[in-house]
Amino acid sequence: MFLFVVFALIALAAAVGVITSRKPVYSALFLLLNFATLAALYIMVEAQFLAAVQIIVYAGAVIVLFLFVVMLIGGGELDDIGGRNKKFLARLTWPRGIALVLGLGLLVAVGYGLLSGQLMTATNDAAAFGQGSVQAIAAVLYTDYALPFELASILLLVGMIGAVALAQPPKKD
Amino acid sequence: MVPLSWYLILAAALFCIGVFGALARRNAVGILMGIELMLNAVNINLVAFWRHIGPDQMTGQLFAIFVITVAAAEAAVGLALIIAIYRQRNTVNVEEIDMMKG
Amino acid sequence: MTLPTLNFLAILPLLILVAATLLVLLADLVVRNKRVLTFLGLLAVAASLAAVLLVRPAAPTFQGMTLADELGLFASVAILVATGLALLLALERTSDFTRRPGAYVALLLLATAGMIVMAKASDFITIFLGLEILSLSLYILVGFAQRDARSNEAALKYFLLGAFASGFFLYGMALIYAATGSTNLAEISKGIASHSASLPFAPLLPIGVGLLLVGYGFKLALVPFHMWTPDVYQGAPTSVTAFMSVATKTAAFASLIRVLAAVWSGDRPWLLALAGLAVVTMTLGNLAALRQTSLKRMLAYSSIAHAGYVLTGLAAGNDRGFEGALYYLIAYTFMNLGAFATIQAVQRRDQNDVTTEQITGLSTQRPGLALLMTVFMFALTGMPPLVGFFGKLYVFSGAVQGGMTWLAIVGVINSAIAAYYYLRVTVLMYMGGATAAAGDIPRTGWAVWTTLVITAVATLALGLWQQPWMESIREAVTLLALR
Repeated sequence: MFLFVVFALIALAAAVGVITSRKPVYSALFLLLNFATLAALYIMVEAQFLAAVQIIVYAGAVIVLFLFVVMLIGGGELDDIGGRNKKFLARLTWPRGIALVLGLGLLVAVGYGLLSGQLMTATNDAAAFGQGSVQAIAAVLYTDYALPFELASILLLVGMIGAVALAQPPKKD
Repeated sequence: MVPLSWYLILAAALFCIGVFGALARRNAVGILMGIELMLNAVNINLVAFWRHIGPDQMTGQLFAIFVITVAAAEAAVGLALIIAIYRQRNTVNVEEIDMMKG
Repeated sequence: MTLPTLNFLAILPLLILVAATLLVLLADLVVRNKRVLTFLGLLAVAASLAAVLLVRPAAPTFQGMTLADELGLFASVAILVATGLALLLALERTSDFTRRPGAYVALLLLATAGMIVMAKASDFITIFLGLEILSLSLYILVGFAQRDARSNEAALKYFLLGAFASGFFLYGMALIYAATGSTNLAEISKGIASHSASLPFAPLLPIGVGLLLVGYGFKLALVPFHMWTPDVYQGAPTSVTAFMSVATKTAAFASLIRVLAAVWSGDRPWLLALAGLAVVTMTLGNLAALRQTSLKRMLAYSSIAHAGYVLTGLAAGNDRGFEGALYYLIAYTFMNLGAFATIQAVQRRDQNDVTTEQITGLSTQRPGLALLMTVFMFALTGMPPLVGFFGKLYVFSGAVQGGMTWLAIVGVINSAIAAYYYLRVTVLMYMGGATAAAGDIPRTGWAVWTTLVITAVATLALGLWQQPWMESIREAVTLLALR
């Protein structure tokens, strides 16, 4: 319980950091912190394999990719949402207004949905042990989920062709 | 154990922060980071539901794995697009990338 | 542990497409004449189409991940036909817009595979993966027009909004999973039917469905989620626009119909929400189309309006409306592809768009092209006896039958508004004096002619001759078993 609160607060703080930092590198590093705390939360619900994947794929691949791109296009400054020099209302242009309303509305809607259901249903911790292991996942992934597994490979093929086709500079005439 | 609704509220909050970030940022890289936050929030939901609804059914966890795969592929393609457009315009600010109107 | 028997016949059309993709990529390295790649693609589409029509596995397959029902068959055929025509359309002009013909053909085939998956999927996981395969391929394809600076911009906009929409899509799926305990559409349907009140997270269901609708709204370009459409349709290479404007709609609507049938409660408020969405989509799409000078932009707004007409059929909430929606999708595939094919034929080699000015007086220079464009414009307007008329007739009569006469009336008024800008194109082609030099319009090759003739003949014939395949549509809708 205590650990959950700590990790949840770190995750939220990191998320706010991602969207308010002015330097894109800081944003990317906050994103990394967010992903890492989520991995810790996954371990708390005994989804060990998922926690490992979260670290390997997100921290190992996605964030590194982000950092590469940020470095490649020169870092620079992100626009400043947290703004120090302007008044809050002056910075609240209409897309941000919509974003704020939309975000809060969604939060209220989901919160209402949860609260009007059952507030404190404890997590069902019987018989869960071992369900997050590599064996347990492999056993279903290659049988019941064979088709999605194959589709994921097609998706990665698309990503591969796309990244090569886009990132390669076009040949000169 | 931590009640399920706590996880869900955490997920909802992260999702909303992601939505706000994606809409409020003007830098394409920043928008993409907001979208990554949204996808991660969904993953918290899926994992929490997996734990709560049916630990004997693996659906939630597997869905989360596929979401991670998709997020990685999306990031790769998106960043490649951003590089391609930066090479052409020398900017990744979506307000400056606006030739079409009407 | 026993390995399940996997019925690979059920995904034979997909296997053919993916195998062909790999073959195209390999051939790209050795073949000098790049047209061979397009022919390979066409061959794959034909083989896949044959597989769809001839191999009928028993449904459902792959542990309930996909369905092999009539709706899937129907949508697959429409999607494959669109792919074939788009490949044919670009055959002679691929080198005009890209130096990567191999990747172009490969991604087009993969996008088709994703669309077929989406149209046939009966589980949220497969729906999502199909959607992502088709979206990612299209993001890249939209940016393929290397000579047009707008192409990259369109790709980036499409990507950012599409990925954003995927987030909502997924969140909706997660909430529905929470409310019903399953991601399988059949299980979800059962879960809702048997104990809707006692489900622990039942209040999450409507929120989930709402978020899912937002996701579909982005993909289908429904107002207010349509902002990307004109920019993307204008910036993308014309053959890609032709393909995505019709095939994405078929795949996403087929999937939406399936999801609606599963979470269907027949509630009036939901139907009214869909009807409201249909009304704003039609009206705003048509009004915005009125003041466009770029033909691609005009057709982009018109495609938004057409999505509204199809949605009218879904909002009707009865079998007749669903049948009308499916008919409309087929009709739209041919008439819209034909219209874009004409644009492709008229546009200059170094350009990626046609303005209304450029087609003024087209009939004196290219009477054939002008005549065909007139046919497509009449069909899009909804003139009898072309397909567009019957599409509108079925959709609107479904709305009337569902007790939404007002919706049908709004639809008819919208068709009248739309007639203005479609007919304006015709008037300009026939009445206006020639402004463009004849040499500006490149010689129309046999492949483009073939595409044009096929679409024009289908636009005429499918309106006059509909008995056998309307039965297949009826069967598809009956099998959905709306409650």
